[in-house]
Amino acid sequence: MADKVATTEPSGLAGIRRINIGTSATLMVIVVILFVFLSMTSPVFLTGANLSNLLRQTSINGIIALGMLMVIITAGIDLSVGAVVAIAGIVNALMLQAGVPMLVSIPLTIVIGAIIGMFNGFLVFEVRITPFIASLGTLTIVRGLVMIISGARMVANLPVEFGRIASAELLGIPSMFIVWMVLFVLTAFLLSYTQIGRNFFIIGSSTEVARLSGIRLRPNIYAVYGLCSAYAALAGILLSARLSMGVPTAGISYELDAIAAVVIGGGSLFGAAGSAFGAVLGAIIMQTIRNGGNLLGVDPFALEVIIGALILIAVGVDQIRVRRAERG
Amino acid sequence: MAELIAAHGITKVFPGVRALDNVDFVLQPGEVHALVGENGAGKSTLIKILMGAYRRDEGTLQIKGREIREFNPQAAQAAGMAAVYQDISLARSLSVGENFYLGRMPTTKWGTIDWTGANARCGDLLKDLGLDIDPRVPLKSLPVAKQEMVAIAKPVFEGADILVFDEPTALLTNEETEILFSIIRRLKSEGKGIIYISHRMEEIFAISDRVTVLKDGRHVKTLPVADTDADELVRLMVGRSMADMYTIKRATPGTTALRVEGLTREPRFRDINFDVRHGEIFGLFGLIGSGRTETIRAIFGADPIDSGKVYLHGKPTRFGHPSDAIAAGIGFMSEDRKNQSIALPLSVRTNINLANYPAISRFGIVDQAAEREAARSCIERLQIKTPSDEVRIRNLSGGNQQKVVIGKNLTTKARILVCDEPTIGVDVGAKGEIYKVFESLTHDGVAILMVSSYLPEIMGLADRILVLYEGRQMGIVSRDEFDEERLIRLASGLQA
Repeated sequence: MADKVATTEPSGLAGIRRINIGTSATLMVIVVILFVFLSMTSPVFLTGANLSNLLRQTSINGIIALGMLMVIITAGIDLSVGAVVAIAGIVNALMLQAGVPMLVSIPLTIVIGAIIGMFNGFLVFEVRITPFIASLGTLTIVRGLVMIISGARMVANLPVEFGRIASAELLGIPSMFIVWMVLFVLTAFLLSYTQIGRNFFIIGSSTEVARLSGIRLRPNIYAVYGLCSAYAALAGILLSARLSMGVPTAGISYELDAIAAVVIGGGSLFGAAGSAFGAVLGAIIMQTIRNGGNLLGVDPFALEVIIGALILIAVGVDQIRVRRAERG
Repeated sequence: MAELIAAHGITKVFPGVRALDNVDFVLQPGEVHALVGENGAGKSTLIKILMGAYRRDEGTLQIKGREIREFNPQAAQAAGMAAVYQDISLARSLSVGENFYLGRMPTTKWGTIDWTGANARCGDLLKDLGLDIDPRVPLKSLPVAKQEMVAIAKPVFEGADILVFDEPTALLTNEETEILFSIIRRLKSEGKGIIYISHRMEEIFAISDRVTVLKDGRHVKTLPVADTDADELVRLMVGRSMADMYTIKRATPGTTALRVEGLTREPRFRDINFDVRHGEIFGLFGLIGSGRTETIRAIFGADPIDSGKVYLHGKPTRFGHPSDAIAAGIGFMSEDRKNQSIALPLSVRTNINLANYPAISRFGIVDQAAEREAARSCIERLQIKTPSDEVRIRNLSGGNQQKVVIGKNLTTKARILVCDEPTIGVDVGAKGEIYKVFESLTHDGVAILMVSSYLPEIMGLADRILVLYEGRQMGIVSRDEFDEERLIRLASGLQA
């Protein structure tokens, strides 16, 4: 009965932290179980080489997931991130080939990513195209552009220092993982402690509520899609550093992995829910299963079935949990 | 003939709350039985149990003399029961006729849908009920009041003989309310039973035969309406009489806070002129479609205007966006709380601070202590009933949600409060508290511009009332000239 004050669990910004301890605790248990299981069944899993490989691969998906999280909190979606990964890798590689120094090419590539994101923002806010369709259009356009720019060929022979970005380690921790963690802290801070973070949650609840509360939608919508794409561009640069070349077909279906990581981590496509920590755990779980499956020699196609099922189970169980809580 | 519904000793317990406690309810054939009580009294729970949506914990239920053990919505429908709820639960994109047949369209001998026959039958019924609606048009192309009439006509079409109307007139104009009443009288004469839920006393006395009062999940009394009056019913509902509720201590109006000149937005409203003073409650009265909501939204900068001027403290101003109005010290409460005023999935704390973040942020970083403090002081001042400020606002009652909306405007220290139906969907107890808050705000010199379509409320609270009819300003009536009949005449487009 809606008329009574139910003693349900808290949520929403202030409360979101607490609700996510519930979701996050479950996810952390899953991570631990996965790690224990894989280290017992595969002699390779717990080796330094495999772990650092796992961290590198997870970092790329994890960075994209953090950007996707913010968009999903505003009740949007960005399907173009995978294409942005590809274009960022190619554009940066072409600049490096042309002799542009890394310190110029990398920031420039991230800005290009942000501009693509703001194009999504333009479509969503000014043209009022639903985010799904808007970013689907952008995805297709960008994929085409990548092929045109690169002539559908890989861009190799990059400076050695560039490859070192990916291989470098600090105290045995891969640099890419550090980049991811820095972004994680920044994103978590932005969502919990800043005005724009509040705006994202409020917009995700209802754009009309946001507007009547004096929040200007335009800058916030541009910002969230711009940020998401900038994150994806950074991920694209790191991926190409890891491969030591720009690959025009890179990042295919990465948007789906990012969305999956966000929803496994407690995000909702209806908006106004989700946390950076949850998205990080979601990305780790997805990648660990992929990595473990490969080590155990599971048929890669069967692995996809397992991962798909996992997404449904994770989100389904969370839905049931939330619905129970809501009924009071 | 046996009773249509005979429910005895109905009890329903939700975790932590006894929503219904040993409630009896009997519906006779040919009877209109009103159900009244504050929000939270258990009206909706009782209806949901009768309609099979909830399972009762205790008690017996007989429908048309048949003992019902297990009940569900399908069985209720099969038993000839139908409910019309306030929020129209029809398929808005489908045509009126399709909504009548929903999922059971008649077919021709070829197996295709018999559109001609279906539309003819719907059209006949609509005409018969006095409704000028084409069954072929999509539901969403109709004005809301007409959509509601379609929702009301649907169970009649289906031949239901136990009908529940839950606040059916909330969206209706006078004319349509009359049509609704004639439909109800006709159903009654056919021996059907009607359960009628309404907050509006006049309607209960106009249409019903008996009334059952619920309070805090308990059955207070069932009595023939002929033997009672509105004052007694309100007393039974809340334990206090109605007259006191609207009595507030008036503040002495000060300087002009807001002046509007020739405000026009075609086709919604044109040439609106008025001023609101500090410490004054200025009422805006009109029926649905009169442009009352559109007028105040435009003043607040939520919608554009064609022409006209808004003066704030004598200075011409134009708000291009609600954020300009908020920055200038204007607060806003929408009539559509759930979709426009509060962020349902977020916490009470966030909701209290919805419009406050620019003020408590430095370099874009929110001062968490200030945020908590704003929530704490609001909850205390407005006595918002919530276990903590971290609870999702959707778990609060309508009255407490509305207090949060007021709190949102206190936090921004609004000097002018623009509110649209400030007590909509709020129970009588919380209503009284909201009026008290308005009283104290006016004594602090806040100017209140209030839209209300509920006459006792607006006449009780306002110092002056501007009446709108189809976007036209019919006049401004000052308090000593308040007269119900006069206001209604103006609101119906007649000169007073």
